[in-house]
Order: sequence, then structure tokens, then C-alpha cells
Amino acid sequence: MSASEMPSAPSSQDAAPPRPTWQVVLVRPETMTFLLLIAGVFAGSQLSPFFLDVAYILRSFTLYSEFAIVALVLTMVIIAGEIDLSPAANMALSACIFAWMQQAGVPIPLAIGIGLLSGLAMGALNAIFVIGLQLPSIIVTIGTLTLYRGLAQVIAGDKSIRVPEWFIGIDKVMIGGIPLPVVAFILLAIVLGFVLSGTIFGRQIYQIGTNEVAARHAGIRTARIKTGLFLGIGLVAAIAGIVTASRLGSVRYDLGLGGELQMVLMAMLGGTYIFGGRGTILGTFLAAWLLVIVSTGMIVANVLPAVQLVVLGVLLIVSIVATNFIYSRTQR
Amino acid sequence: MTDPTNKAEPLLSARGISKSFAGVEVLRDVDLDLMPGEIHALLGENGAGKSTFAKIVAGVHRPTRGTLRLNAETVDIPSPLAAQRLGITLIHQEPISFPDLSVAENLVLGRGSGSPLSRVPWAEIIGDARRLIDLLGVRIDVTRPMRGLSIADQQMVEIARALASDSRLIIMDEPTAPLTPKEVETLFGIARRLRDEGRTIIFISHRLEEVRALCDRVTIFRDGSKIATEDIGNLTDADIIRLMIGRPLKEYMHRGKSHIGEVALKVEALSLPGYFENISFEVRKGEIVGLGGLVGAGRTDVARALFGVAPAASGIVWVNGKVVHITDPSQAIREGLAFVPEDRAVAGIFRTLSVEQNITAAVPRQIAPSGIIRRTIEKAMAHDSVRRLRIRLASLRQPIGELSGGNQQKAILARWLLTDPSVLILDEPTRGIDIGVKAEFYDMIGELAAAGRAILLISSELPELLALCDRVLVMSEGHLTADIPRADATQERIMSAAVPQFREAAA
Repeated sequence: MSASEMPSAPSSQDAAPPRPTWQVVLVRPETMTFLLLIAGVFAGSQLSPFFLDVAYILRSFTLYSEFAIVALVLTMVIIAGEIDLSPAANMALSACIFAWMQQAGVPIPLAIGIGLLSGLAMGALNAIFVIGLQLPSIIVTIGTLTLYRGLAQVIAGDKSIRVPEWFIGIDKVMIGGIPLPVVAFILLAIVLGFVLSGTIFGRQIYQIGTNEVAARHAGIRTARIKTGLFLGIGLVAAIAGIVTASRLGSVRYDLGLGGELQMVLMAMLGGTYIFGGRGTILGTFLAAWLLVIVSTGMIVANVLPAVQLVVLGVLLIVSIVATNFIYSRTQR
Repeated sequence: MTDPTNKAEPLLSARGISKSFAGVEVLRDVDLDLMPGEIHALLGENGAGKSTFAKIVAGVHRPTRGTLRLNAETVDIPSPLAAQRLGITLIHQEPISFPDLSVAENLVLGRGSGSPLSRVPWAEIIGDARRLIDLLGVRIDVTRPMRGLSIADQQMVEIARALASDSRLIIMDEPTAPLTPKEVETLFGIARRLRDEGRTIIFISHRLEEVRALCDRVTIFRDGSKIATEDIGNLTDADIIRLMIGRPLKEYMHRGKSHIGEVALKVEALSLPGYFENISFEVRKGEIVGLGGLVGAGRTDVARALFGVAPAASGIVWVNGKVVHITDPSQAIREGLAFVPEDRAVAGIFRTLSVEQNITAAVPRQIAPSGIIRRTIEKAMAHDSVRRLRIRLASLRQPIGELSGGNQQKAILARWLLTDPSVLILDEPTRGIDIGVKAEFYDMIGELAAAGRAILLISSELPELLALCDRVLVMSEGHLTADIPRADATQERIMSAAVPQFREAAA
């Protein structure tokens, strides 16, 4: 073999040129969510003159605010490469435990504390299966979703448990004209948005979701971070459950039934990548508003409930296809 | 034995076969004729290209350039199934089969007769299977599931499958490695019979004795090129080894001696059953210790154990004179270890994340003293790394997956240099990297040692080990078989310690 055999290949070491800045900024799933949101507002305003009433939209959002709050944390769980389908059931069980305790004479603050602790415990149980036993989170949380909902029914039966008058109406508490649950959602979005993009914890969530093996090799404590996320979503789900109890004035085992789908829908619509490693809090924030606009828009327009479901289903599928398309284009 | 080269028409003739993976050329302009009725050995170091060539013939990979002619007709082999239709079968070292199906079912796999709803003709299948197994002269109950058969018997089933589709060309990729001597004899007997029936066999092995005992001709690969094709009788063992490894040492691989200080890493009786046994060695500050051996000898497993990815079951490790029990990479980093893993895509890079994030991944405390990322610090650190290691990129914010392999590897090295490690473990650091960038890596490794770091360099490339290392350790089948000082190290000595049967012959 002589030196002349060395191929005069084009210098493959040169890096590919970077994508133009406008593409990096504009071709992202959040942009799609934002455009859909604008389209939704426009369509809604055409359907009904009352639609552009901000107070009306805020009131409508309150109905979704508990799910939206949990969806923010769920976004982080999905970015880390896992999923949790149990938080809606967790909401119901935490709320039932809280309501049952206070009905049995436990002081309300203590009952709330126990409700929150049980939410934490539910998150811990998920973590034990997913992180300790290395089982796939989708299967584990489908299991615990059924388990938690079942336990809620065991505790509450099929009766409603009432909560005291003074505890009712967190959604009527206004801060600067905005209902308290919506304020909480906005504040949490700001905090988690910062955590995810500006802290080591957030950075490592992306790294774990992108390549867990590489993350471990880089000394990232993957188990610790994932456990933290499952505990976090358990606790936040319990808070959301108790907020729901205050809004509804009573607790039944079917509180938040089917909510896990709304949460996943918000995360997906916001461009969170189902296989992990990509997504933003901003996306989920926008998607929550989009979902409310679309749902209320359809109610205002007197669309049949069955058709409303179809529209939501189509939205979910379109969002997944679009997100995947955008990511595969930019992935190389 | 007939002389196969006398027959005019080759069964298969390859012309100008080249293959690149992700822009890295692994096979270059290979011309090779395979005659009917010959057993043809492919020899070469790890990564020389022999397996890639075999896989191209078997339809596993498609060549980037070049043509294959089968019985004087140009053929395209897009898949293993197409290869099988053309009468080419690849027998894997660890047979790929359906372990829960019976031997007979595995034999008729892919035959697919009748409509999806027609009844399965069990009696016919079992009868055919018996006949095929009998042809090989081995005794296997065809109604038993594959699981539970010995590897040798599983290989027999694969060979029987090759006969079932009347293959003219059977490729055996290191078939003897997991076999006992007696099983090897049976396999050879069958191979010879198949040859006498006029079939062609490609035999890939590291074991020269076996090649000598079985094969008619050998082709030697080195660095992705075909070096020679000869009748086995015309070559001595020394000739073969010289052809396999005999590349001139490059100028750039010369390095000055660095000051060798106290022991930085000491390992005693490290064992992980099934992977490695009783490994003891030490690496001093400023010293580069090579760890050579064949793929699968357990070198990577030792590195993974030291770094806490897959901890060892027993043994003692000292880092800078202190006994450590490392069970997690984060702990290893705290003790001053760093590990550049072999498989960059799986264990190294975060493909879709920015180069910057990839570089600073192992030093969260430095870029975020309070948990909140300080962008200016991070940017400065990443920028400094890019400059020092001459990483070629368009932007620090670019996903690392857009960089070439060599620049990705530099970024991973940069990640570990930021942790300021006292012991650096490099596992095949130059694999899949262009020649020019390799030279830069050799310089860097030399500089790191000169700066007083202890370096454990795992490499399958002998010239790399010889040129860079102060000492070369060699592993073979989970054991440390040699510790050769620089002055005595030759490619032949390393090879003979690495290749299993050489060791047995010496013992």
C-alpha cells in the first residue's frame, strides 16, 4: 500500500453548515402551537361575539387549570424520556383521602397535608416500579392509574363527599381579575420554564431524555432525577386534586376522570417529543390555552359533544405528526 | 485436493468493492474471486474489513461502490433474503434464530409456501428437517426447541438451513470461537464435505492453525484494503502475521518521554464472572498504558467496571493511593477518573443537543455553582475547549450530531478534560476517525500524559499501542495475558498474547 492510495476524499471533517437563524427560531413545534392558537381565537370570534370576552375565556380556562398545572410537570417527565398516565387518578385519590379525612373530623390543614402526602406516595410508588424495577413507565402508570382510581372508589363509594362551605370556591378568588388557579398555572409555568431552561436540573432532564446511557456515563444521576420528577408530578397532582375539590364543592371517585388524556394532549400539542429529549414549558403553556379556546369555541358554536371529541382526537394526531415531522427534519 | 484456481470461472467475483459508514471508509476497492469448491479464509486485524466484506456478499450491507458478479452475471444483493435466493448464506457466530421454535420450524423459516391461511404441513416439515440434519451426519432431534441446543448444534441447524436453500456459497464468520475442539472437528468435516460437493465456503477466523488445517486459499485484509490472496501452502505463519499487521509506523506517532511519577491507578484481582477474571495492573502518573487484545476479550468490561458503569464483583482499586469502591460514574468522576467510551453514539454524545451542552455535561458544578446555569461561564469554557482541541464546527449552538465523527470525539474528550481527571481511560478513541484527525488525537494523548495524567488506552490497533504506550497490557478471553514494556513490545508479541490458541500453545 502506497501513500498514493490515500483517497483524496472531500474533507468530511468540515462540519455541516448551520441552519439559518430564521429556521432555528421559526421551524419549531411551539410556532405551530402559537399559530393554531391565533387561528383558534380568530375562528372563535367569528362564531360568537361573546367569545372575545377575556373574563369568559378566563372562566373557561379555570375548568382546565388543574389539568394544565399537572401537564406542565408532565412535560418535564416526557422530556426525560418517561411518561406518567396516573396523575388524574392520583388527583381523585388524593382528593378523596382529603375529603374523607376532613369529614371524619380531621382539621382541614392536616387533611390537606395528608392528601398531599398521599399524592407524594403515589408518585413514589410509580418511581419504585419505573426506576427501581426498570419497568416501562407507560405500562406501570396504566396499572397505577387503574389502581389509584379503584382505591378512590373504595374510599368514597359512589357518593359525593361534601367539603365545608368556606373551603369551596378557590376559582372565585380573583387576583387582579384573574382566577387564582389560572394565576397559579401562569406562575408555575414561569418557574418551571426557568427550571427547565436555566438550571442544571432542567439541563440534565434534556440530557437524560436524549440519551440516558450517555447521561449515566457523564456522571448524571439519572435515577435520582427521574425519581424527583415522579415525586414532583405526584405532589402536583395531589395539589390539583384538592384545588378541584374546592372548585367543585364535593369529591367523588370520578373526579378528573379521563384527565390524563387532556394532559398528554396539552404536552403533545405543545410540541413535546414523545420519545423524550425535546419540548418546552412554553409549548405546553400555549397548548393549554389552545385546548381551552378550541373546546369553548366548539361549545359556543353548539358543536355536538361527540364531534368535539373527534376534533380533539384529530388535533392530538396532527400535533404528533407535525412534531415528529419538524424534529426529523431538523435532526439530520 | 483439487487446485481450485485451475477452474476457469469464479463462482463470485467482486470488483472494486468499497464501503463507507457515515463518511468513514471501512473497505476500499476490494477485488476478490471465489472459486467453486474452495474454502477461502479471510484474515485480518479487528476492523480490517473482512467481516464488512462478508456482510456485503451476504446482503447485510450494500457496497458504496463496486460490483459483484455471481456465475458471471452482475448481481445486486439488497438483503440477506435476496442473498439466500441467490444461494448465499451467512452463518453467524452466535446463530440468530427463534429460540422458542423447534429446530424443524427454524429450518423452514422464510420458505413461505401456500396462502397465509393454509394449514401448516407439519409432517412434511419435520420429514424435510430430518433429512437435512441427517445429510450433515449429526444427531439433533428436530422437534426440540432451539433454546437448549448447544451453540455447535445451533450452527449445524444454520448450516442445514443453508443446504435447504441449496446455497452455493456459505460464509462462516468466526464459527469456531464458541466451539469445543471436538465440535470444531465435526464442523470442519462437514465443511470439507460441502467443498467436495462443489460448494464454496468463506471462512473468517483469527485462529491461524484452523485456517491452515481447513482452507485452500487465504485473503488478507488490512485497513479496509485487500493486501494479498495466496494459496495457504505458499505462506508461513510469520508471512501471514506480517501481512496482517505490517503497516509502516507513522512519523507523527513518535512522542517524547514524559516524566513518570507515582502510581495513580492500581487494580488488584478485579473480577466480574463471565467478563473478566483476576485483573491486576497499575498505571503511573505521566504513563500511557495500552490495553490490547481482540474484540470481546473483556477490555471494555474492565474499563466499565473501573468507571462504575457495570461494577466488578470483587477486587480492590486504588486511585491516587486511596482505596475506592466505585459503583457509579458520578463517584468515579469525583475520584478523578474519566472515561471516553468506545461507542460514541450510544454512550458518548447527546446527538440532538448543542455542542456546548455536550462539552459541559460532566461539569455541572463549574457552569452552575448554585444550580443556575451561568451562560457566560459555559460559553467561555466551551469556546476555550473548541479552540484548544481544534474542534471544527459552525457554531457552539449546533447539534453535535451535525459534526463529523472525529470532531464529535474531540468534543467528548473536551468534556472529560474539563473535569481535570488524574486518570483518563480511553476506549478505542480513534475508531471511525479520519487519518488526519487520528494524528491530532495521538498528539493530544501524548500531551495529556506529559501533563502528568495517567492514561489507560484501550486499542485494537497495534501500531497505535506500540507508538503511544509506555507499557502494553494484553487481555485474552477475560484474562490478562501479558504486560510488555515499551522496549520489548512488538506487534508479534502483542498478537500472540491476544490470540487464544497462541497462548494455549505456549502454555
